[in-house]
Amino acid sequence: MRLLEHVAKDILRRHGIRVPEGRVATSPEEAAEFARRHGRVVLKAQVPVGGRGLAGGVLFANSPDEAAALLARILGTRIRGYAVRKVLVEEAIQVAREFYISLTVDRSERSYLFLASDMGGVEIEELARRHPERILKIRVDPFEGYRRHVGRRIAKFLGLARDSWEAVDSIASAMYRIMLDVGAELVEVNPLALAADGSLVALDAKILVDDNSLPRDSELAKASREAYSEAELEAMDAGFSYVELEGDVGIVGNGAGLTMATLDLVKAYGGEPADFLDIGGGASSERVERAVRLLLANPRVKAILINIFGGITRCDEVARGIARALEGGARKPIVVRMVGTNEEEGRKLLESAGIAAFRDAEEAARRVVEIVRGGL
Amino acid sequence: MRVLGLSRATRVLVQGITGREGSFHAKLMLEYGTRIVAGVTPGKGGSSVHGVPVYDSVCEAQEGAGPIEASVIFVPAASAPDAIYEAVDCGVRLAVVITEGIPLHEELRAVRYARSRGVTVVGPNTPGVIVPGEIKLGIMPGDYFAPGRVAVISRSGTLTYEVAWSLSRAGLGVSFALGIGGDPITGVDFAEAYELALRDEATEALVVVGEIGGDAEERFAEIYERSARKLPAVALVAGASAPPERRMGHAGAIIYMGRGDYASKVGALSRAGIRVARRVSEIPSMVAELLGGQAKFKS
Repeated sequence: MRLLEHVAKDILRRHGIRVPEGRVATSPEEAAEFARRHGRVVLKAQVPVGGRGLAGGVLFANSPDEAAALLARILGTRIRGYAVRKVLVEEAIQVAREFYISLTVDRSERSYLFLASDMGGVEIEELARRHPERILKIRVDPFEGYRRHVGRRIAKFLGLARDSWEAVDSIASAMYRIMLDVGAELVEVNPLALAADGSLVALDAKILVDDNSLPRDSELAKASREAYSEAELEAMDAGFSYVELEGDVGIVGNGAGLTMATLDLVKAYGGEPADFLDIGGGASSERVERAVRLLLANPRVKAILINIFGGITRCDEVARGIARALEGGARKPIVVRMVGTNEEEGRKLLESAGIAAFRDAEEAARRVVEIVRGGL
Repeated sequence: MRVLGLSRATRVLVQGITGREGSFHAKLMLEYGTRIVAGVTPGKGGSSVHGVPVYDSVCEAQEGAGPIEASVIFVPAASAPDAIYEAVDCGVRLAVVITEGIPLHEELRAVRYARSRGVTVVGPNTPGVIVPGEIKLGIMPGDYFAPGRVAVISRSGTLTYEVAWSLSRAGLGVSFALGIGGDPITGVDFAEAYELALRDEATEALVVVGEIGGDAEERFAEIYERSARKLPAVALVAGASAPPERRMGHAGAIIYMGRGDYASKVGALSRAGIRVARRVSEIPSMVAELLGGQAKFKS
């Protein structure tokens, strides 16, 4: 999962990479106070998505009053679907040049890969499309680790003078340590700025953490919870995979691939998924109940599609969970597709709850979209 | 010869056999006919599970019940890398790692280590490998896999069962199914699984079940395009609706840096001459067409 910028910058700073002086502000007074001490500042909405600038989430302020006003403007708004609960206020730095540097896992090679470019400040995907020749790629062997020549090669490619080579080496080796310490799949600094005073500063930082590497009650796990919505946190704590989306068709499946394919089916029939929710294998009725209640409580959800292919997962367990979730009032149309272990028992249980289960996933997807479109 | 040299006679070890998952699935594998000759759980040596003798270590299992050719690993995520190293160091040639949740960098090193020692790793985070009617190394429900002509190689679990079931109902059946796994790091990848399919005497066609994230499908497309001998192939890619930088259940199912999205995969596969299905139900007829319409359809 993606860390908020201020959390990522904190990690960079603690590993010896220079970041702008800054503080997280949640009130106009805090923003003004910081601006009083640092002059021109930049206010950056802390949301775990890119394209903030274009969405009005990155603003410059030349006075404390302006900082206060802009903070009030950004806070509480939504950027690309995410609520802005925190704003990072930073000293605005005079920049001479901007670079790109990232470290990622090269999956197919089963190793690590540095990417560096002297065209910083541009999205890497665009850079790769338009100017692949301006991107340097250096592989690092996982058993050998980082070597100083990597930093030198990067520094030369970026066109930096000899007296900056050590700084680049220091940043690259720090990124490598961060990747392993934090358990990250990507550590990206874009832009890495050459400041007017000759120092290298990370103006933005993106860290994608491997969820399997995050010990539950670590400081980082707690900090990373900021990037999730209430419902997503609830799902995480309940142990299922859940991604909130923007549509109105709630979706539950057993198995990540199956669930993704179910979202694709719903879209194919003209529906818009409200979420991705994978209850995993062998789910208990309690777990299923919790998942269904989560979607019932989502005001955007107009109907729910539950797609179960039961191998280890037992259809009767799932049916029990669905039926219990519907007890006690909250009711939205639920379409179920159910095939596999204890299918007949599951079907009977669902009938008693007023649900006629489908065997064909496409028919079920068509039906749920029909319901949402036609208000049936 | 069947894929990976597997047969009813293959001698199999289950690591983590005394745990809930290991014990449950060992029983199902035995019922399927898999020849499980030993189990390992450190500290539980001397006991037995479903009649299978348990040893403290893989090396002891080799001594007591060897030769062991393949191991199915159900060890929890925190100790799974260690179990992989142990299997490699104790002479196991094929390790099927069922475990989900292994931390990325440990997974990377363990898989790399195994491969550098010539050990085939299937997974991690895989339902396993099945040669219908012969042997099951994993957790897939055997009932949905009728023996047949089509190999299924996949990053998914239950979606694989859906595909296998649709092929079985259409009378095409499954020659073998191999889950490369849902993690960012896999042992066998799609390109390598394709090579395995080429060498499997029962396989006449291939279905690839991919997902968003990474470049396994793109790499496969490259190899496929360049290969002299081609199996007729159909692909299905899940995750057209996935937003960037969100993990869609599987650790490997995440799009970032503009790479690994649906368009990239479908584009690469199509350009390589692989037919891309938009949904599971399209797959059997597409495969049948490629095989010259020789399928007998059962309803």
